[in-house]
Amino acid sequence: MDVQEHKFKVIGTRPIRHDGVDKVTGRAHYGADISLPGMLHGKVLRSPHAHARIKSIDASAALALPGVKAVITSADFPKLQSGVVPMGELPMNPLYMSMNLLAQDKVLYDGHAVAAVAATSPHIAEEAIKLIKVDYEVLPHVQDVVAAMKDDAPILLSELRTSGAPEKSDKPTNTASQLRFARGDLEAGFKAADVIVEREFDTAMVHQGYIEPHNAVAQYNANGQTTIWTSTQGAFTARDQCALVLNIPAGSIKVVPAEIGGGFGGKIGIYLEPLALLLSKKTGKPVKLVMSRGEVLRATGPTSGSHIRVKMGANKAGKITAAQIWMAYEAGAFPGAPVGAGCMTTIAPYDVENLQIDGFDVLVNKPKTAAYRAPGSTNAAMGSETVIDELAEKLGIDPLEFRRINGAKEGTAQPAGPKFPRIGYLETVEAIKNSPHYKSPLPKMDGRVVGRGVASGFWFNAGFQSSATVSINSDGTANVVTGSTDIGGSRASCAMIAAEVLGLKAEEVHPVVADTESIGHTDMTGGSRVTFATGYAVYDAAQDAVNMLKQRAATLWKVKPEDVVFQDGVVSCTTNGNESMTLKELAAKLPRAGGPVQGKASVNPRGVGPAFATHVVDVAVDPETGKVDVLRYTAAQDVGKAVHPSYVEGQIQGAVTQGTGWALNEEYYYDDKGTLRNSGFLDYRMPTTLDMPMIETILIEVPNPGHPIGIRGVGEVPIVPPPAAIANAIHQAVGVRMDTLPMSPPKVCKAIAEKQ
Amino acid sequence: MSGKVQVEITLNGESVEFLCEPRQSLLEVLRDVLGFTGSKEGCLTGDCGACSVVLDGRLVCSCLVFGPEANGKTVETVEGMAKGATLHPLQQKFLEHAALQCGICTPGFLVSAKVLLDKNPNPTEHEVRYALAGNLCRCTGYDKIVRAVLDAAAVMQGR
Repeated sequence: MDVQEHKFKVIGTRPIRHDGVDKVTGRAHYGADISLPGMLHGKVLRSPHAHARIKSIDASAALALPGVKAVITSADFPKLQSGVVPMGELPMNPLYMSMNLLAQDKVLYDGHAVAAVAATSPHIAEEAIKLIKVDYEVLPHVQDVVAAMKDDAPILLSELRTSGAPEKSDKPTNTASQLRFARGDLEAGFKAADVIVEREFDTAMVHQGYIEPHNAVAQYNANGQTTIWTSTQGAFTARDQCALVLNIPAGSIKVVPAEIGGGFGGKIGIYLEPLALLLSKKTGKPVKLVMSRGEVLRATGPTSGSHIRVKMGANKAGKITAAQIWMAYEAGAFPGAPVGAGCMTTIAPYDVENLQIDGFDVLVNKPKTAAYRAPGSTNAAMGSETVIDELAEKLGIDPLEFRRINGAKEGTAQPAGPKFPRIGYLETVEAIKNSPHYKSPLPKMDGRVVGRGVASGFWFNAGFQSSATVSINSDGTANVVTGSTDIGGSRASCAMIAAEVLGLKAEEVHPVVADTESIGHTDMTGGSRVTFATGYAVYDAAQDAVNMLKQRAATLWKVKPEDVVFQDGVVSCTTNGNESMTLKELAAKLPRAGGPVQGKASVNPRGVGPAFATHVVDVAVDPETGKVDVLRYTAAQDVGKAVHPSYVEGQIQGAVTQGTGWALNEEYYYDDKGTLRNSGFLDYRMPTTLDMPMIETILIEVPNPGHPIGIRGVGEVPIVPPPAAIANAIHQAVGVRMDTLPMSPPKVCKAIAEKQ
Repeated sequence: MSGKVQVEITLNGESVEFLCEPRQSLLEVLRDVLGFTGSKEGCLTGDCGACSVVLDGRLVCSCLVFGPEANGKTVETVEGMAKGATLHPLQQKFLEHAALQCGICTPGFLVSAKVLLDKNPNPTEHEVRYALAGNLCRCTGYDKIVRAVLDAAAVMQGR
């Protein structure tokens, strides 16, 4: 269909989400709400050291405690080979995954899991882990990414060598990989510049901060089959990871996805599921494991802190002539920082002829990082988007006009090479330029100084595999079954897509998120892909159902299926008079017309539509305390086609708030011994209602040509601009260029003092 | 550490008796002993508000109250908000405004918002934000939650 011209009936409306009532009445079942008869409770013993050799583990006292049924250590895991397995957004190494689940010869960070216990109550399990004696030999640790790259740094993994290094070396290192993207003539580009800005940035490790801690319940059966209930972003991804690390067939595991209390990338990897499985196998009983908040912060996957150097030049006309960027990202204890994505997203909103971008994936004694909403892109944008602001300022050009001059459009080559399809970046710049916010004067404040900043962001979005079925009920309503965890309203968007195709109301379609035995393989909920890719599968499955409905009607009317048309929920015949039937009428006749109708589709769509955003923010800075308050925020984004606009706005508003926390407060704070000192919500300070204003959103719909209804992912890109936009606003307010995240009061105070 | 204590509370208007260990929190009792899993555990330190309940008319984090401390008191949870099959206006407005994404913080927000509106039926935006500052939401950025509470207040006032 022509998306631009098509008049949608359901898509673009705002129905009440199908799982809503369960979630406002407390009836929805999240992983931690699941309870089985005879269930045991598990707890995990974690390392108090940032880096230490495990000399011995003695669990005899724990096993002797009444109520304790089993203890497991890494000795209960199979021996695995190192290797790389593709797993959605980030590749995974089974050996490292296993070493992260339970430490083998060394612990590599504060909180690293060492052993797990199953007991008749969570309190007994907690007492039991305190009785496990671990003899550690404490080793020197390194937590700073630049220090970890030095020759004399403590080495985390002795067998690690740098992949992608220009010269092969057999020297142990913490640099897992390095990569370079380059084109044009850097030297000539800088020579052509009238202004050059060069800065260095440090950004802190931050956590996704989902409110629901990780959980898993496993029931191993005597026939070797296991069922796992867990709050995961991907039931199939969780199953495949469990199979890999335990070296058992994926088909021996069924994962039942519980409702999920937030993930943002952090619930793609596994932490508890294999432990629960092993404990259940040892005891013959179902075992439940639930993390505490401290465990979530210490031992799941935050995103990388980073050190970034940016040098950029531009001429008087405002054209960027050259960009040289160097970035080192903390991987945590095992390889896999999102530095590749950082390299490929930084300056991607711009057409830059001469560039060189170097990235380094560096091990440090911190938890193994995981995906976090546009992983790698926010750090990178803090560097490039503040330097661009400074270039515009030095050239006396409005920062939005500077972005317009350089902005990427259809055909512009990305930093990694491929050319953009139809994108809506310039539309976002234009929208902010014309917004009531950007056109209004700054508010006046007593005692505080106000400033306004803008920044842009880019994220690829993902495709990956999805399956869906659409079945017609006897009353003419429909069921949609997918394998995509609904993390923020995707049941509604999938149901709406099916409703649009079938000519039903959104409420007449019932969406179900199925377990790994009830639907075809579906990759994780991540990469802003569900409404795009699973929505694609739902669209195709609904079309398949329509074709079957036409065949059934043709059978009833004794005509050819191609003589039947289906439109707006009505089948009609083009050759046999004016016969027509509503979907409801036809549904009741299906038993006499060839039988039930279930459309199905499995897809791996290639036509991913990239996402761009431009944001503007007003802040007030208290020069006495350095405290920064966000006064007003407007976010413009190319959303392709907003299926349910309220949930698109919600993605943007939530991401802006996370980005604001990243900008102003949030950081992993380690002491000299390498212990995380703020492993709770009191000290790991996320934004509250009082920290945020209302967040204005501007949804721009540039349809994605690679999707039948123009959908492009929307969830990730809005976290990219906030830190840079806020830094640029702080500069306008108090005249200092912030080069570190978070821009917490002491750092802002110090920057103001240094300027004076 | 067994030595269970007999406790009697009025839970959402119904008298309930149970046995619990002195070390079990009210949250653990509600969820694991009584099967009322609507109240959620996000932190166990009183920082996230996902376990918010009303104890004798006062908003508390049920993770910071021991089960036996509730003896003889009334406890109201999210499960008690709807009247039969009719949602409380706050629940209805949360749905209409899309004020939830993952939904894990929603029960706590609803309980906190109900306490606010019971005391202050006509709050300003700032008063709503102040009353809900003890509840963390990581998905929505709070915008739609605040709007839903203001709209629910208006509806309950007949506006």
